[in-house]
Amino acid sequence: MRKIISIILLAVLIIGIVYCVREMPFGEAQSRVRGYYVSNGVRQTGATNIVTSVVVNYRGFDTLGEVTVLFLAAIGLSAVLYREEKKQRKAGRKSSLILYTGCRFLFPLILLFGTYIFVHGHLTPGGGFQGGAIIASGFLLTMLGCWKWGGINKVAFKITESFAGLVFVVVGLLGLLYSGYFLMNYLPKGLPNELFSSGIIPVIYVAIGFKVGSELTGVLDNLIEEP
Amino acid sequence: MIYYVGAFGLIIIGLYIILTKRNLIKMIIGLDLFETGIFILLICMGYIKGGTAPIFSKSGLNPALMVDPVPQALVLTAIVIGVATLALALSLAIKLYRHYGTLDMRKIRELKW
Repeated sequence: MRKIISIILLAVLIIGIVYCVREMPFGEAQSRVRGYYVSNGVRQTGATNIVTSVVVNYRGFDTLGEVTVLFLAAIGLSAVLYREEKKQRKAGRKSSLILYTGCRFLFPLILLFGTYIFVHGHLTPGGGFQGGAIIASGFLLTMLGCWKWGGINKVAFKITESFAGLVFVVVGLLGLLYSGYFLMNYLPKGLPNELFSSGIIPVIYVAIGFKVGSELTGVLDNLIEEP
Repeated sequence: MIYYVGAFGLIIIGLYIILTKRNLIKMIIGLDLFETGIFILLICMGYIKGGTAPIFSKSGLNPALMVDPVPQALVLTAIVIGVATLALALSLAIKLYRHYGTLDMRKIRELKW
């Protein structure tokens, strides 16, 4: 019964979608704002990666909102999973020498790669969100691979996360102070394709990288502590 | 065109799983499929035939042939948020399992439809 009702509902939905999408062109420029960003982005923001200039500069306020949603999801997760009596993490089976050594060898390299991704976010494909996710995956490797390591220092992660969020907001407010717009790019833009260029974009992306990395690591730690 | 079909196919499969499956974990998987379909749809809308990535990494790239950066920027943040909301949904599933001792929706009285 349930299946039949669901299939009828989905059939109605499919008919609606086909009716709407039939005329939609594929492989052509569909928005005018694309042309504006692509042809003026480098001159106006100094970042050669247009996606980054859209994320951090043109739509920076939106990104602040997205970071807040991420923060809320992480807080909600730790609130849902919070328990009064903390169980001691079970020691588990100690991992073999090969796994342990490989894990210890790979962990700093993964951290370095993640840092590279978010520091070069305005020049190459990548940025704060991706770099942060890579860093969290490095911590996940240590959680799964080396049991000797024994949990993360939660307070340090909370401080990093709060500080990174604060840097984002303060940089935005300084823009309000200097030039009258929130998140205005007030630092010198420099030459395109150089590491120290495009004003506040690298600063904000490094802050986002730290924030996403520490937040996702906290989420993983909360989930892995469950018996 | 085939990309639109694929994206909407994923969305429909995800919705079907959410509507018919009774195991909470399977419903969360359906939610994730739904989300992935939306990401693919957004990226496809910005595609341009023979286009390049919107990065001026070397000179001589034609701005008219660059794909739309706006959906890419949206999807980039949405993926990370999708991970966080997925973790939140899983934590709620853990809590429900601890309370009711089952993940079957038929046995969780308040969630029946």
